[in-house]
Amino acid sequence: MADLTAGGSTGVADVQSRYMEMVQRKRLYGGLTLLIFVVLMVSGFMVADDRNAGGFWDGIDNMGDYPAAVLAEAWEKLADLPGLMVKYFPALIETINIAAVSTLTGVLAGFVLAMLGTRGLARWPALIPVFRRITDVMRAVPEIVIALMLIFVLGGGPVPAVIAIAIHTAGAIGKLFSEVAENADLKPVEGLQSIGANWSQRILLGVLPQVAPNFLSYALLRFEINIRASAILGFVGAGGIGYELRNSMSWGPGRFDEAAAIFVLLFGTIVFFDQVSSRYRNRMTEGQGA
Amino acid sequence: MLHIEGLTKRFGAKTAVDAATIRVEASSMIGIIGKSGAGKSTLLRMLNRLTSSSDGSISFEGREVSSLTGADKRRWQSECAMIFQQFNLVPRMDVVSNVLHGTLNKRSTLATMFNLYPSEDIHKAIEILDRLGIAEQAPKRAEALSGGQQQRVAIARALMQDPKIILADEPIASLDPMNAQIVMEALRRIHDEDGRLVICNLHTLDTARRYCDRVIGMRDGRIVFDGTPEQLTTGVARDIYGAGDEFSESATSTEIGALDQPAEQTAKVFA
Repeated sequence: MADLTAGGSTGVADVQSRYMEMVQRKRLYGGLTLLIFVVLMVSGFMVADDRNAGGFWDGIDNMGDYPAAVLAEAWEKLADLPGLMVKYFPALIETINIAAVSTLTGVLAGFVLAMLGTRGLARWPALIPVFRRITDVMRAVPEIVIALMLIFVLGGGPVPAVIAIAIHTAGAIGKLFSEVAENADLKPVEGLQSIGANWSQRILLGVLPQVAPNFLSYALLRFEINIRASAILGFVGAGGIGYELRNSMSWGPGRFDEAAAIFVLLFGTIVFFDQVSSRYRNRMTEGQGA
Repeated sequence: MLHIEGLTKRFGAKTAVDAATIRVEASSMIGIIGKSGAGKSTLLRMLNRLTSSSDGSISFEGREVSSLTGADKRRWQSECAMIFQQFNLVPRMDVVSNVLHGTLNKRSTLATMFNLYPSEDIHKAIEILDRLGIAEQAPKRAEALSGGQQQRVAIARALMQDPKIILADEPIASLDPMNAQIVMEALRRIHDEDGRLVICNLHTLDTARRYCDRVIGMRDGRIVFDGTPEQLTTGVARDIYGAGDEFSESATSTEIGALDQPAEQTAKVFA
């Protein structure tokens, strides 16, 4: 050890100067990146502000006006809130129903698409790009566009909303599931292959048990997102609580207490499903040993 | 300097460490031995305050440590370095950055975010690496190094903290015999040259005997032995490990030298 350190004294200085050079270079790159980021932020904001009809700085003072009006009116009619919440509860159920059906169908379709589009697992490896582009397209088209189109064809109601959300869900879930499945251990799959199991058997028994907690967690997250999405689709005539919210928000003063009741319902629903899903997720990940 | 009084840790109904009392008056190298689950790791983790204690007190140089919170607790942690069995480095960062993490307690979050360490600290980090014989690995990613090298990076990180105590939790349990020897010698050298207090969990008796001034034996959360390596006879060791007559130290020895001597002992075991 002694001779190593004696001979290493020049070596240390060398290592130090080389490392310092590397640090300087990294700092330069870091500084440049930061500069570009700041320039992009500022210039992007300026462009957006210029093209805005009202102007950001003129409008910023009015930003709190609407929530303040809603809150003030809801506060005055606080006693009515429970009654209004009961009144809108059936609409909420319809919204949740839309979300549940579309999540179930979307997740199942997304699962199949994900398995067909994952390297190492795909049934037909040559077709991986095809299935990936299909999920890309499903993800790229906004739900509201599909919903508007279907409402035009099928008429207003929950069915167009279900189809629109399910298509988007399948695209998003296909991407997320495929990323999870890519990190799965392929040894069990190989083991099953050596037994002579077919593709579906290999996926169901070799991959699914490994990734199930992650899949469930993504599916439940998607369910939460879909509750919100189905509420928004109500705005364009797909029924549910969104339709009621649009009516109470836009039909002039006097109905803000109803808007407040609907907001409270929506908030409560999201919190409720968040709690339920995190509980099941924990049980699933912890219960693996048992 | 270090007084541990009736230190206890309960996990639900299970008592991991049961009223441990240890007094260290002068800087020394202390080895803690005992079978897995005896509470060795929990004891060290309580000293570093990674785990909080259920009962009892720790005081260092007259300062009560077991009740510190927030910034005071983090300052204590910076004075009380910890070395882990699995090295616990940040795998994707280079070796010098990992060593510089030893100074994090003195750095603001903003400076950390932009990776701004003073040049003196960078030079010092490389000098520490050189002292441990791995300066040429400086720019590599930590994950690219072998286990023995990674553990030396972890020791360098600990030294960068300029700590008064170094706690090592099974530092050689994941290493091959050659690297284990290098790491243990490095820890011993740190104690001899810098006068730091080193407390080391070990799972091989001969390592404890060879490198430590004082050996503490734990069994089922209690301290059952506290003495010099000479007092640690085979009988005492059987007590600590709860083993019968078939227990032979050389059978599990990881010491390279052990291969030469124990011919007659092994003969006795099989006789």
